[in-house]
Amino acid sequence: MDWDKLVQLIVNGLTLGSVYALVALGFSMVYGILKLLNLAHGDVLMVGAFIGWGVLGWLGGAQDPSVAVWLLIVLMVLVAMVGCGFLGVAIERFAYRPLRRAPRIAPLISALGVSFFIQNSVLLLFGANFRSYEAIDLVDVEVGIHWGPLNVWILRVVVFASAAAMMIGLWILVTRTKLGKAMRATAFDREAAAMMGIDVDRVIVKTFFIGSALAGAAGVLVGLVFGQINHFMGFNYGLKGFTAAVVGGIGSIPGAMFGGLFIGLAEAFSVGYIEDFTRGRLGSAFSDLVVFLILVLFMLLRPQGIFGKPDVKKV
Amino acid sequence: MSETPETPEPQQPRIGVDEWVASAEERRRQGLGTRIEDAFGRTPPVVKLLALVIPFAVYPLFVDSEYLMQVGIDTLIFVLLALGLNVAVGWVGLLDLGFVAFFGLGAYLYAAVASEYAGRHWEAQFAIPLIAIAVAAVGFVVGLPSRRLVGDYLAIVTLFFLQLWLVILVNASFTRGPNGISDIYPLEFFGRQVTSLDGYFYVALIAFVLIISFLYLLNQSRTGRAWRAVREDELASELMTMPVNRLKLLAFAVGAGVAGIAGAIFAPVQGAVFPASFDLVLLITVYAMVVLGGAGNLLGVTVGAVLINASLEALRDANNASWLFFSVIVIALLMLVRPRWLPVAILAGTVAFGLVVHEVAEQLRPSLVEGATFGGTRIDELAEQWVLLPEGAIGPDGLPAGALARLAYLGLVAAVLGLTLVRSRLWRSIGVVPVLYLAACVWENLLLAQPAVARFVLIGAMLVALMAYRPQGLFGRQRVEIV
Repeated sequence: MDWDKLVQLIVNGLTLGSVYALVALGFSMVYGILKLLNLAHGDVLMVGAFIGWGVLGWLGGAQDPSVAVWLLIVLMVLVAMVGCGFLGVAIERFAYRPLRRAPRIAPLISALGVSFFIQNSVLLLFGANFRSYEAIDLVDVEVGIHWGPLNVWILRVVVFASAAAMMIGLWILVTRTKLGKAMRATAFDREAAAMMGIDVDRVIVKTFFIGSALAGAAGVLVGLVFGQINHFMGFNYGLKGFTAAVVGGIGSIPGAMFGGLFIGLAEAFSVGYIEDFTRGRLGSAFSDLVVFLILVLFMLLRPQGIFGKPDVKKV
Repeated sequence: MSETPETPEPQQPRIGVDEWVASAEERRRQGLGTRIEDAFGRTPPVVKLLALVIPFAVYPLFVDSEYLMQVGIDTLIFVLLALGLNVAVGWVGLLDLGFVAFFGLGAYLYAAVASEYAGRHWEAQFAIPLIAIAVAAVGFVVGLPSRRLVGDYLAIVTLFFLQLWLVILVNASFTRGPNGISDIYPLEFFGRQVTSLDGYFYVALIAFVLIISFLYLLNQSRTGRAWRAVREDELASELMTMPVNRLKLLAFAVGAGVAGIAGAIFAPVQGAVFPASFDLVLLITVYAMVVLGGAGNLLGVTVGAVLINASLEALRDANNASWLFFSVIVIALLMLVRPRWLPVAILAGTVAFGLVVHEVAEQLRPSLVEGATFGGTRIDELAEQWVLLPEGAIGPDGLPAGALARLAYLGLVAAVLGLTLVRSRLWRSIGVVPVLYLAACVWENLLLAQPAVARFVLIGAMLVALMAYRPQGLFGRQRVEIV
């Protein structure tokens, strides 16, 4: 058994998984409240990555930042969160709200259009080349935790810690505050919530803001750790985030966190071991196959996900 | 509201919500449009089919360029794709995001039974039906995992299936990776090979006639009625003992089979298949075709596919894209804005506004008008005297060189969205003038520099706008329902 490799894969899986978990959270919150698959969610992440890249360039670039490194990273994440939050609110206002009472498929097609529009707008404005944060120049690879077989770059720790912090913050928001109560009530029964004096539209707007802000933060974290960003990156992260949300139990916050980490670990392990297992017949690109099989298995055996409750139809 | 005090006659039934919906037909506006619609409704389907097929059938007689023939074949293949997607999306209301994977599967299966690489050459009269059945079976299996769930999960599973399909195509050795399979044999029917583009065009046309007839009859059948019932209310149809899950899977499989046939024609036309041909761009283009024409309407879907493919071809080239862009804006204004003098006033105002802005800019900052447009039509030559063309805003690679072009683009998006929020007609009519001018500026500067990307931006925007303002598409009829 190669312990170094195993530890490395766990670290990779947790980093990737925390990003998936952030995507899954926003996706799951919106689904819980509107019963709508926000297919443009991955593209919000992509825009967040580009905003972070823009802030980085504006403050001098990775080689020669004009502010302290920790402040730079905080600024990148914050600006991306605010920017993506407003992007999410705009998407809700213009693409989804006019379709609240339309047949179920209408907002989904609208979401496809939004996704396509955002992707091609970024392609139009920034071109198809991959952009890099060059975070290795920002923080040296050697800086980090070195403890036995455990060698972790500090930025990976930052990604995991900030994702965990945001999830805890969200958990407190949803369970302890008045807004959280309103969100839960709206998710449970929108009409009843409206009759109890909750301004449903505002709750929905805030949900979109928070969910999209999380995706924006995830975009910056992706750029910091995995380096390259381009206009099409949102597809992969969106897809894995959806899968994580379904596996964890769509609409459930702990489910999204757990599902994200689970999918991240599964992907990292299959990247690491699929070649050994299939004796070289399948390369590491086939890790998607493993994730897809997990999704299918869950759909067949436990469609409500790990933390979800079975869907009971009301008439 | 169960009572309407304004209807005094007691002998007539009081109009409740249900009756209001039921009588929607009688309340339609009586005008030319309605009369055309009614006459159209009375036309027998065979006549409609002929009216649809004859323009296609004579197309090769009037066209002698190879490029236009190729566009014609592509259009027919797109029509087949749109018809296939319409089964799941339009009739059953399922979001099938893996649809182009089935198209790709059909193409690769044809490559597997008729190419030098495979070392076989099956005749098409066996190959195409077998491929259709095989692809339909795969569609059935892909749909299976989500059989217990609402349609939303189907979207995720099928989207993931598309991703997986692309991963397999690019990475597996038997598909030859990104290089694709490039020595595909032409179609061969009963020992006779199809060699010319005209021949392929007629093969595609025959496939179109057969498929649209099949789908028309299917839609008229018990199954078709059941599909529409499932779309309207899943729970109610389940209570009426319809096998909802089996119906959904059937629709899914039928759509996949049609896509497979389209793929099996596409592969020999191209002579090669590559993974890059079956991506998300194609998927959303086909969705745009179905939605523009009117999901659920066979004629609408066909016309939508023709319109979108023709527009995409026209927009590909900066030398004629401007004609389409500006005429669509003018026609949309003339059709949508009432009273009739208002769009004329708006257009005149926009021209005057542009002249003033151009003049002021030339006096204050000459560099703002010294750039050149990327377009090559007469319109673009005229526009150079009218829109702002800042020098150096667009780099030689067609990408924005500074923040100016990017900000203008984002400003345009924000302005268009903001305009939809303005309620007052006066302010909206005034506001539309600078927005139109800004749109013309962005078009001449940025969008014409990359027409291949700009057309997809327009497709995305069109999908959102259609869903918000005319979800029934061009040909569909407005839904009236009980809320």
